[in-house]
Amino acid sequence: MNSNMTPINNQTLVIIGNGMVGHHCVEQLTERGALAHYQVHVFGEERQRAYDRVHLSEYFGGRDAESLAMCEAGFYEQHGVHMHLGVAVLEIDRERKEVVTSEGRQAYDRLVLATGSYPFVPPIAGADGNSRLVYRTLDDLDAIRAAAKGARRGVIVGGGLLGLEAANALKSLGLEAHVVEFAPRLMPVQLDPDGGAALKARIEELGVRVHLNRATSEIVAGEEYAYRMNFSDGESLETDLIVFSAGIRPQDALGHNAGLNVAERGGVVIDSDYQTSDPDIFAIGECASWKGNVFGLVAPGYTMARNLASLLMGEPHESFIGADMSTKLKLLGVDVGSIGDAHAATPGAKSYRFNDEVNSSYRRLVVSPDGSQVIGAVLVGDNSFYDTLLQYAQNGIKLPADPASLILPAGEGAPALGADALPDTATICSCHNVSKGAVCCQVDAGCVDLGDLKAATKAGTGCGGCSALLKQVFEHELSARGVEVDKSLCEHFAHTRQELYGIVRVEGIISFDELLTKHGYGQIGCDICKPAVGSILASCWNQPITAPSLVPLQDTNDTFMANMQNNGTYSVVPRIAGGEITPDKLIALGAVAKKYDLYTKITGGQRIDLFGAELHQLPDIWGELIDAGFETGHAYGKSLRTVKSCVGSTWCRYGVQDSVGMALVLENRYKGLRSPHKIKFGVSGCTRECAEAQSKDVGVIATENGWNLYVAGNGGMRPRHAELFATDLDDQTLIRYIDRFLMFYVRTADRLQRTSVWREGLEGGLDYLKDVIINDSLALGAELESQMQLVIDRYECEWANALKDPEKLKRFRTFVNDERGDPDIKFVKEREQRRPLQAHELNLIPLAEEAL
Amino acid sequence: MIEHSQSAEQQSVAWRVLCTRQDLVANSGVVALLDNTQVALFHLPQYSEGEQLFAVENRDPKSGANVIGRGIVGYIKGDLVIASPLYKQHFRLVDGSCVEYPEQRLRVWPVRLSDDRVEVAIATE
Ligand SMILES: Cc1cc2nc3c(=O)[nH]c(=O)nc-3n(C[C@H](O)[C@H](O)[C@H](O)COP(=O)(O)OP(=O)(O)OC[C@H]3O[C@@H](n4cnc5c(N)ncnc54)[C@H](O)[C@@H]3O)c2cc1C
Ligand code: SF4
Ligand code: SF4
Ligand code: FES
Repeated sequence: MNSNMTPINNQTLVIIGNGMVGHHCVEQLTERGALAHYQVHVFGEERQRAYDRVHLSEYFGGRDAESLAMCEAGFYEQHGVHMHLGVAVLEIDRERKEVVTSEGRQAYDRLVLATGSYPFVPPIAGADGNSRLVYRTLDDLDAIRAAAKGARRGVIVGGGLLGLEAANALKSLGLEAHVVEFAPRLMPVQLDPDGGAALKARIEELGVRVHLNRATSEIVAGEEYAYRMNFSDGESLETDLIVFSAGIRPQDALGHNAGLNVAERGGVVIDSDYQTSDPDIFAIGECASWKGNVFGLVAPGYTMARNLASLLMGEPHESFIGADMSTKLKLLGVDVGSIGDAHAATPGAKSYRFNDEVNSSYRRLVVSPDGSQVIGAVLVGDNSFYDTLLQYAQNGIKLPADPASLILPAGEGAPALGADALPDTATICSCHNVSKGAVCCQVDAGCVDLGDLKAATKAGTGCGGCSALLKQVFEHELSARGVEVDKSLCEHFAHTRQELYGIVRVEGIISFDELLTKHGYGQIGCDICKPAVGSILASCWNQPITAPSLVPLQDTNDTFMANMQNNGTYSVVPRIAGGEITPDKLIALGAVAKKYDLYTKITGGQRIDLFGAELHQLPDIWGELIDAGFETGHAYGKSLRTVKSCVGSTWCRYGVQDSVGMALVLENRYKGLRSPHKIKFGVSGCTRECAEAQSKDVGVIATENGWNLYVAGNGGMRPRHAELFATDLDDQTLIRYIDRFLMFYVRTADRLQRTSVWREGLEGGLDYLKDVIINDSLALGAELESQMQLVIDRYECEWANALKDPEKLKRFRTFVNDERGDPDIKFVKEREQRRPLQAHELNLIPLAEEAL
Repeated sequence: MIEHSQSAEQQSVAWRVLCTRQDLVANSGVVALLDNTQVALFHLPQYSEGEQLFAVENRDPKSGANVIGRGIVGYIKGDLVIASPLYKQHFRLVDGSCVEYPEQRLRVWPVRLSDDRVEVAIATE
């Protein structure tokens, strides 16, 4: 309908509600130039301008209201939108076409309702104040935070999506969290019984208590806690505060009172063109009911806002066709996903189930009666299956021969859907309704940068859930068109790290500026190329990284030769080669830690990490450590970290070689070597492998006849076993191979590529690597060794170097115009040591101080 | 308010000395206290358009930690930027806006070198 909707100049458009959807509508209108045709007035009941409700919980994780805002402060004024914040619309006077507010009346030609919804609180006797909190707005969260002060336990009524999120928030406020659910399982809307059971097991593991099948009949004063909740089955639970999350109800009172049609289950009735029963009044977002359904997610609300904006501008627009209510989220750190017909309600639907009760992982795949298509799914514990399943469901892609493989654990050949298997109509980003076809259009129009693609289509800028898929599709489409996927380091260098390494070596370049002038573009550099080049220069020439020309290149950790932690303080790790330390040095270390009140922890690399030092304290701390005979441990650098060892033949009854002795030789040889990523070693005294050498970049294991060498293992996010590289080596050969191996890696790896990934990417694999290192097939052996020797000869403890030079020490000041430390850094005691105060604990200070 | 802005502006700004040129670190940052506010100062002595000095808020809005002064200065897509050292998001030095997250923003101050003194402008009543 309504192709004749072209607005006449200077009509007045009033939007009630400045939530996510109302705001999106304004944004869409301004993009379409609506302000030339309409006077736009926005009324928002909340004090704050529209903010990101989806990420509301991050308010307890340290984000403030300003950083959650949906737009910059001056956005509305800049575009000439009249914004009335903190002003509720009290009544719609359809006769006179005016809205009535506390500020007076405002006439409208067209009116948009975007009033969202409100939390439903069941009528329970005694619910009031701190026993009747809700979780919807910033003000609600402030109220919860205030109530949590001094409280020990909190109860959430309602075990749905939002309830569990609220439970997490209570936990983060330091409360013992309980969830009380009326239904026999958690998330009854999205999950089936087995999924609910898996989720409950996971959540209880995290310390949240779950009470199912409980209806609250009344709330009375408690004995041990402030309140007691009496349940209809005679049980009871005491608590200091109660948050209701028992569902939401559309905010339809305005419409109702103005005589607009309201749906039986709530919501202002709209047709497929967002029109209410009054042709000049529209409704979008959570306050609208379409065919009896209210859509409680932001994506459908955005769709409505976008289409309504087009319609109001008289542009071609899409009618509403309903929305996919599939969701994926992380609740309390647990993956939960629900797609389409999760309950297999479709007559004749069949299900596949995978239930791992040991790990509380559950997956259910619901297929159409003829078994050809995915129509729904439930995931608990692992959402890595979500993207693929959603694409199958949304695009009606034909199931593989063995549908169960779609939900079986990886490694059993689950056919992940490649980007090319998706049809052009496949939705990539549902928040901003971007299809694969739209991505292709951008690529065809010459877009070769992911950032530009996001800016042009907005894909990935809503909930962010589609980012990985978007990148995959984008890169696939680029390569499909023969566009080489850009491997440039950054906008300043059209070279890979390997190429830059070659240039630096061959041309003997020793500074960033020289490299940028001769081989780069633009000026200054950026935080990608500066540290990468800094590392290359150090690998090649090993000048002190404290040199004035190198300082601005480094990440903060390298600049200040310590590891920055989450509150801006640093941790300090002196080298303890091979994990061997004399009692005197241990005492000295303890004395320093005690003097500066540093949190002390043994690391996985057999050394000691001292946390909580402020910038201006680092030189003093290091002065004392160096006096006690320590040197820097390079824990801050992409460089050799540690050589872990067992005691070997010196003490161990099984040992066949002196593993500590070898560890010391290796650590002292390679300390200070800068590399594309960190490097770890391990040396074990026999095959029992107590030093876990096979999980290291370089692993050495003693044999009766010498040493076995393993390479390219690592722990971390994606563990990989090191591969046996050579056997029964004598000391000299072992060292020669390691020299060559490390230098070859330094020379050919990508930026931030560990040896494992580098090795997997080597064409020719392990055999090729053996050929280069052992058989010297590239005739590089001597060169690699001499390059290593140069690095070794130039080694100098960076901290000793810095302490000699007052000019360099100038940088180690928290403030250049004040002696004090950072007043915002606050600590509390825990288990007799200091630790940083978390943002959400600010209200705990008094408690913590009491405990001191 | 508006009609007086011209003269008011001149009167309402005062230049406050924070430190000296010798305190700055070329192509990198240092931090100074301005009453209770932490100001990160970035100095680019050899920028193509002439020597540059910027004063931005030291507090990283994402982490809440006072670390911006310890980030890396860069030039991205035509803007001089500072990368936060904790989560690596970029802020434009000119106006403090964030490249990746429009909702994050750093406060900025007008700043100048007068002789060897580093001065920022603050509004006075
Ligand atoms: C904690 C939480 C987590 C969520 N997580 C997700 C998620 O992961 N994914 C997802 O898709 N969705 C999520 N949602 C839901 C999502 O936030 C909503 O779908 C979305 O905010 C709806 O937008 P809206 O503009 O329709 O309503 P709202 O954002 O509620 O905005 C309505 C606004 O209108 C104002 N208003 C109401 N009446 C009046 C009046 N008479 N006069 C003036 N102003 C009025 C209200 O004060 C409110 O500010 C979550 C919600 C919450 C609370
Ligand atoms: S690896 Fe062998 S030598 Fe080393 S501690 Fe274990 S058993 Fe003993
Ligand atoms: S695993 Fe590593 S990165 Fe993760 S919290 Fe621990 S120390 Fe930090
Ligand atoms: S799906 Fe939410 S940002 Fe793309």
